[in-house]
Amino acid sequence: MSTSEQVNDDTASSESVHQNQYLTFLLGDEEYGVDILRVQEIRGWDSVTTIPNAPAFIKGVINLRGTIVSILDLRERFGIESVEYNDLTVVVVLRVKGTDGDKERIMGVVVDAVSEVYHISEEELKDAPDLGYAINMDYMKGMATVDEKMIIVLDIDHLMSLKDIDAMEKSGSVLTEG
Amino acid sequence: MARILVVDDSASMRQMVTFTLKGDGHDVVEAGDGVEALACAKVDTFQVVITDVNMPNMDGITLTRELRGLPNYRFIPILTLTTEASTEKKMAGKAAGATGWLVKPFNPDQLLATVKKVLG
Amino acid sequence: MSIDMSQFHEAFFEESFEGLEIMESELLDLDVGAGDVEIINTIFRAAHSIKGGAGTFGFMNVSEFTHVMETLLDEMRDGSRGVTQFAVDSLLQSVDVLRTMLEAARDKTDVDEEMVAERYATLEAILKNEGGEAADAPASSAPTQEEVSTAPGNNSGWKIDFVPHPDLLMTGNNPVHMFKALQEIGELSAVVNLDKLQPFTEGSPEDLYLAWELTLTGSATKEDVLEVFEWVEDECDLSVASLDGEGKAAPEPEVVAAPVVPAAASVAPAPVAATPAKKAKIESKQKKTPEATSIRVGIDKVDEIINLVGELVITQSMLDQAGDDLEALADSVSSDGGETQKANAEILLRLSKGLAQLERNTRELQEGVMRIRMLPISFVFSRMPRLVHDLSSKLSKKIELVVSGEETELDKTVMENIGDPMVHLVRNALDHGVETPDIRVAAGKPETGTLNLNAFHQGGNIIIEIKDDGAGINKAKVLAKAVEKGLVSEDDNLSDHEINNLIFAPGFSTADVVSDVSGRGVGMDVVKTSIAKLGGTVSVSSEEGKGSTFTIRLPLTLAILDGQLVTVGSESYVIPLIAIIESLQVDRKRINQVAGKAEVYKLREHYIPIIRSREVFGLEDDTRDLHDSLMVVVEVEGAPAGIIVDDLQGQQQVVIKSLETNYRKVETMSGATILGDGTVALIWDVNGMVNVHKRKLNRNTTRA
Repeated sequence: MSTSEQVNDDTASSESVHQNQYLTFLLGDEEYGVDILRVQEIRGWDSVTTIPNAPAFIKGVINLRGTIVSILDLRERFGIESVEYNDLTVVVVLRVKGTDGDKERIMGVVVDAVSEVYHISEEELKDAPDLGYAINMDYMKGMATVDEKMIIVLDIDHLMSLKDIDAMEKSGSVLTEG
Repeated sequence: MARILVVDDSASMRQMVTFTLKGDGHDVVEAGDGVEALACAKVDTFQVVITDVNMPNMDGITLTRELRGLPNYRFIPILTLTTEASTEKKMAGKAAGATGWLVKPFNPDQLLATVKKVLG
Repeated sequence: MSIDMSQFHEAFFEESFEGLEIMESELLDLDVGAGDVEIINTIFRAAHSIKGGAGTFGFMNVSEFTHVMETLLDEMRDGSRGVTQFAVDSLLQSVDVLRTMLEAARDKTDVDEEMVAERYATLEAILKNEGGEAADAPASSAPTQEEVSTAPGNNSGWKIDFVPHPDLLMTGNNPVHMFKALQEIGELSAVVNLDKLQPFTEGSPEDLYLAWELTLTGSATKEDVLEVFEWVEDECDLSVASLDGEGKAAPEPEVVAAPVVPAAASVAPAPVAATPAKKAKIESKQKKTPEATSIRVGIDKVDEIINLVGELVITQSMLDQAGDDLEALADSVSSDGGETQKANAEILLRLSKGLAQLERNTRELQEGVMRIRMLPISFVFSRMPRLVHDLSSKLSKKIELVVSGEETELDKTVMENIGDPMVHLVRNALDHGVETPDIRVAAGKPETGTLNLNAFHQGGNIIIEIKDDGAGINKAKVLAKAVEKGLVSEDDNLSDHEINNLIFAPGFSTADVVSDVSGRGVGMDVVKTSIAKLGGTVSVSSEEGKGSTFTIRLPLTLAILDGQLVTVGSESYVIPLIAIIESLQVDRKRINQVAGKAEVYKLREHYIPIIRSREVFGLEDDTRDLHDSLMVVVEVEGAPAGIIVDDLQGQQQVVIKSLETNYRKVETMSGATILGDGTVALIWDVNGMVNVHKRKLNRNTTRA
C-alpha cells in the first residue's frame, strides 16, 4: 500500500524554525517549491476515486486515515503533458488556506518526485517575469536560484483554490460534451 | 468535614448546593426526591440532611418524618429549604421533626453559615 | 466565598424549559370545573421549582412573574378557587411569556417588557376578582417578632435565660452549637442549672434536663441573639434582657405554634401518604420519568463516540475480507495433510472464528451506540396538542388529535429538525384539510375532525404519518395551478399520485386567501427541502372528500447509511437504500423515445424517465443498447426514475464521510464512504443526478 511520512507539526515554535524553508519537487524538467509549513505529509501514489464531472486537473479523492481528501494533478493544471503514474510517483499532502477567508482544507498534489528542502530568504525570492498564458501568475510566489538550479516557488492557496471549478461549473464548461 | 445529604428535585439547585458545600470541604450525596433520599439515608450515614420541601414522590416534610423514624437519624440536624418565609411551612417542617430551615433564595454564604451553625 | 453562579445556569435553564413543557401539557389536560388535584399539584410544583431556581440564580423578573402564577395555582389546589377556562388559558399564555423570559435570560437578550407586564396584570386581576383572596405580595422576610431591639450602641450586652424543653434534642438542635453561634457575636459566659436533672434510673436519656443562664457582652443586638434561637422557639422558654436593665423579657414568639410533640415517641411512623398516585392516562401522552436513572451527557461526547464506532465499523469490514480469506486458506492448508499442517489450519480457523465474533460485537456496539442518540418522538409530538388546541379555536373548527407510536425512537438531531416541518404539515392539515363543522355535517361527516399522528419503524427508517379526515386535495385545482406556474404542461400524463405531490413544488400555493396560518406557497417546498436535508423524503396521498395522509420517511441516523453498491465505469458507488424503490433488468421492448433524445421506460402502468449514469458522469460508451442492463428505480421528488448502472453489487451499511470538508459540494454526490478495502466510494445524491441529467438533456435538445 502507500507509505507516508509526517513532515511537521504546525506548532508556533517550529514555525520560526521552519520559516522560509521550502520543500521542492519535480514535475518533468522543472523544480517547484512549496512552503514547508504547509506540507502535512508525503505519500506514495495509490489509486484514486474519480469524481464525476470534475475538471481534468482534479484527479479524484483518496482516503487519508478516514478523511476524504482531493488530489490535484499539477501537470493538468500547468498544461504539461501527462505521464503514467507508478510506484515512484509521489503525493504531497498540503494544508491549503482558502483565498477570501474560506476555511482550511487538506488537499494533495501529484508530483514526479520530491527533491529537497531549501532555505530561501525573502531577498533571494525574486518576482517571476510574466510568462504569459503558460502559467497563471497568481500561482507563483516567485523564483529563486539555489545550487545553480531555478526553483519556481508556488503560492499554494491560489494554486489549489477551488474557485476555478465554481466558475467553470457556472459557465457549463465542466460537463464534458456528450 | 461532614457528610451531607442534599435533596432537591431541581438539578440546578442541587448542583449549586453541592458545589458550595464541597468547596467548604464537606462530602455530599445528592438525591432527587424523598424516596431516593430515604434509600440513601438507610445505606449511608450523614451528619446533616438538607432537603427541599416541594418534591415529587415524597416531599421534604414527609421525608423529615420518615428520617426521624430511623434510629440513626433521630438527632441528626435536618434542614428544610423553603421558598416561602411563611410561618406555616416552617412550622410544618418543625412539626415533622426538622431542626431548622433555610429560606430560598439564599446565597452560598448563608448556606455555609447555617451548616456551620448546625454542626457546631 | 464567592461562587460563580453562572456555571449552574445551563442546568437551571434546561430544567426550567422542561418544567414549562410539563406545565403546558398538564394545563391542556386540566378539566375545567373541579380539576384533578394531582394535575394542579404537578403544575404548581413545576412553577415552584422555576421560581426557586430563578430567585437563587438571580433572575428576579422570572421569579416575580412565576410567583403570581404559583399563587394562583396554590389557590386552585387547596380548593379556594375553581378552575375556570379563562384562568387556564391565562396560565397557558403565561407559560409562553415565561418561556420567552427564560430564553431572553439564557441568550442575554431583551424581553418584551410590555407583554410581560400585561400578562402579569391579567393574572393579578384574576387573583383579585374571582374568588380566592388577594395575592400576597411576594413573601417578605418573616416579621414574626415585634421589634424590641434596643439601640445597639448603648447596650453592653444581654442576659439570656435559656430553658430548653426536654425534647429539644429530638429536633436535632444542640445547645452547645447555639452557644458557639453566640460566641461568634460576642463574649459569652454560661452558668448551667442542674435543678431539673433526673437520676439515671429515671427519666429518659434522650431528654434534656439542663437549663442555662447566659451572659453575652458585646455589640450584638437583641435580634442577633434571638436569631440564634430562632429554630427552637417552640422547644424552649427563652427570655432575653438587657444587661443594663432596659426592656423586659422578649415577647413569646407569636407564631401559631404547632403543639409541641412530647418525648421520644413523637416521631410517629407516618404512613407514606404523600406519594401522589400517578394518574393513569388513557390517551397517549408522554410522561416524565423520574430523573434518578439517567445522567446528562454533552452531545459532543456522544458524537465523538459515534465517530469512533464508525471508524471501528470500517476497520471491521477490512478484517471481514481477511477473515474470509483465512477460512479459505485454512481449508487448503488442512487438505494438504500432515500434522503440522492440520495444526496450522486449526490456528487459522480460530483466527477466522475470532474475526467473525468481532464482527458481531462490533455490530452490536454500533447499534448500542446509535441508540444513545435516539430519543422517543414524543418530544416532538408533545408540541402538537397545544398547537391543535390553539389553531382549532382560531379557525373555529373542531378537531380531535389522536397520537400513536410516540415511543418510536429517532436520532436526536433528526428530531430537532423535524419539528418545524411537522408543525407546518399539521397547520396545513388543519387549515386546508379539515373542514368547518357545518361543511362537515353537510357532507355527512362527524362534526369533529380527526387528526392522526402516527410513527413507526420500517426497515432502517422511521415513518411519520400525518393523517386527516378532511376534504382531501383538490386535484383539478392543483393541476391547474401547476400548469399556470409552468411547473408541468397540460399534456403531461400525470398520475393522481403525481398530481397530489405537485404541492411540494417550489412556489406552489392554492390557498384562495393567503391565510396567515399556512398560506403563501413557501411552505410545502421548504418542508420538503428540510426533510431532504435530513436524508428523508415526504409524500402525500389523498382522496377527495375523504382526507389526506402525509408520509415522512427518515433514516434513523445521520451518520450511517444503508446502501446499495453499484458499479459504473471503473468505479463503485453507493446508492442510499431509502431512495431505491426497486431494481430490475431492462426489457428493450419497454423503452420509448420521446422528443428526440429523452428515453422513457414503461414500468407497469407508468412511464418513467431513463437516466444513463455513464452519460451523467460524462463517461464514454453511453449509447449502447440497454437490453438486459441493470436499472435502479429511485424516487425523486415523489416521482420515480430509472437509473442505468453497469453492475449491482451487495448491500451494506456505510459510514458517511463528508466531501465538503476538504473538497467541495458535488452536485451528483451527497457524500463519500470508505469501503472495506480502504478505497473511497462516492454516495449518490439521486436528486442531483436527475438535475444534471435534465440539464444535459435540455442542452442537447436545444442544440439539436
